[in-house]
Amino acid sequence: MTPYEDLLYSMAQADERIVVMTAENRAAIRALPHHLGNRFIDVGICEQTLLGAAAGLALRGRRPVVHALAAFLTMRGFEFIRTDIGIANLPVILVGAVPGLLSDGNGPTHQAIEDVALMRAIPQMKVIAPADENELLQAIPEALKSEGPCYIRYYDGPCKHTHLDRYNFGVAEVHGSRRADVVIATYGMLVAEALEARVLLEAAGITVTVLNMRTVVPLDEQAILQAAAQSKLLVLLEDHFEVGGLYSAVCERLVGEQVRANILPLNLKNRWFRPGLLKDVLSESGFSAQRVASTILQHLEKQHGELSIRTTAVSKHSAVTDTLG
Amino acid sequence: MSTSGDARIARLRSIATAAREHVIRMTEGGGCFLGASLSCVDLFVSMYADGLRLSPDRLDDPDRDTVLLSKGHAVPALYATLTELGYFPAERLKAHLTTRDDIYWHPNRAIPGVEFHSGSLGHMLSVGIGIALDARIRRSAARVFVVVGDGELNEGSIWEGLLVARAQRLGSLVLVVDRNRLQANSPTEDLIPLEPLADKFEAFGWNVSTVDGHSFDELRNAFNPVPSQRPTVVIANTVRGKGIAELEGRVDGWFIKGTAQDIANMISSLRDSVALPAYAE
Repeated sequence: MTPYEDLLYSMAQADERIVVMTAENRAAIRALPHHLGNRFIDVGICEQTLLGAAAGLALRGRRPVVHALAAFLTMRGFEFIRTDIGIANLPVILVGAVPGLLSDGNGPTHQAIEDVALMRAIPQMKVIAPADENELLQAIPEALKSEGPCYIRYYDGPCKHTHLDRYNFGVAEVHGSRRADVVIATYGMLVAEALEARVLLEAAGITVTVLNMRTVVPLDEQAILQAAAQSKLLVLLEDHFEVGGLYSAVCERLVGEQVRANILPLNLKNRWFRPGLLKDVLSESGFSAQRVASTILQHLEKQHGELSIRTTAVSKHSAVTDTLG
Repeated sequence: MSTSGDARIARLRSIATAAREHVIRMTEGGGCFLGASLSCVDLFVSMYADGLRLSPDRLDDPDRDTVLLSKGHAVPALYATLTELGYFPAERLKAHLTTRDDIYWHPNRAIPGVEFHSGSLGHMLSVGIGIALDARIRRSAARVFVVVGDGELNEGSIWEGLLVARAQRLGSLVLVVDRNRLQANSPTEDLIPLEPLADKFEAFGWNVSTVDGHSFDELRNAFNPVPSQRPTVVIANTVRGKGIAELEGRVDGWFIKGTAQDIANMISSLRDSVALPAYAE
């Protein structure tokens, strides 16, 4: 069993309320049918029935953990999530596979890049975006504690950095000093790219803090307000359309607090991305560490050409642009 | 028929008539889906008062049967039946469409006896599948009844659910089709033809029974099928506006706003119809 399967299995052993469901998307749970018996339910390629049945099970006290590709889970069955799970505020855990750029070569039909916007629009829905397998495994027990529904952007990639603190649900992991030139707030698989971009930018003399948000709902408002107040630039990096994701969530909050901030949204704007292998997709759509670093650098130059940041960066600038290409 | 059988039918008819009066009164003010409700009053009376494991004193019993109203706009029929059986005081029905209570055009589970909210068509079969799956995990004999409209069968999610319920061998699930042959604006067969409907359900692997949806004996038999691994569908042939002669079978009787005089006339018509032999078993 994979660590994810192992976790679901041991949790299901300890908690008879748990049922594992899918609409024939078994990639993450292939080993479980044999172990869970009639608490593993595969309804076939029927997302609406999957979600309605999850609501029925939750209504009777079960804790369904529901799997499908993120695009089909959140969009084919959206009204069943909103109407059956959302209105009743039922504790269903929705696990969306290959969200954002992770659908790599599938093309726009499979691109869940409005999923955060859609799920965020459902009252009480929590939106969780683990940065790697380690966080995924810690997010699931947290989601099970929730009295209402949760949506998880499934990502089980290897952990490429040392986590700084215990997984603290709803609280951003802060990489870097609270007071930095640039704060990059991001979530999910892009946390790794942001951390690599940080190294590149710091080599150019720009201090960078990365906020691994971990959840978009709840939003770690304190971390965001602090970043807005104490940095010269707040970058909101996400593999999502511009509408409705982290950028929107942060802007709503800052306007609500009447906080001014210098913000650079790095997202998919309003375009589906060009499909291909993940490595190439990252680079082509501007989300690789190098593209992120170079976009931020160009933005700073344009905005703060005469400010001190240029004088600190300038000596290493040529070296960095060489590296960044 | 035996005397005790006659008494049973008389009791059910009396509940149904009282329920229809409540439904008619709910047309006051903002109106209600009168025709769509009157076609399924007898279905609810049969389910709640004639043999299912349902009563107001076992609302939290894990082994109770579950009734889900999928054609949510027919909720006056459900509320009227529930109030007649003592689930909540009839007084509350007077708050229909006022914001001081939870009684409006679609079901709300804050009302005792209502298991789940509905209103968007094509949802409750899937929710019922979930409830039946839970009962199976618990090894409970609880059954699940889902009431759908025939127009509602236009929804793709119904046909998904038919496949899934059969694949999952949910013998505890009963789908009840309120077959009044009319949808919002036209006869069902003029918009999306459903016939041969029984053949469609049979092809999907369900047990099918077709009954007179206003006959309490036929309904009781149909709601208690021989135990099987197959789910059961009951096609209940009904009449839109049943009980009000002037309204029966009329396409334009789906939603009605009634003045005090309209309501008096409809109740008078209802009382006349109850006395007619056509309504008798």
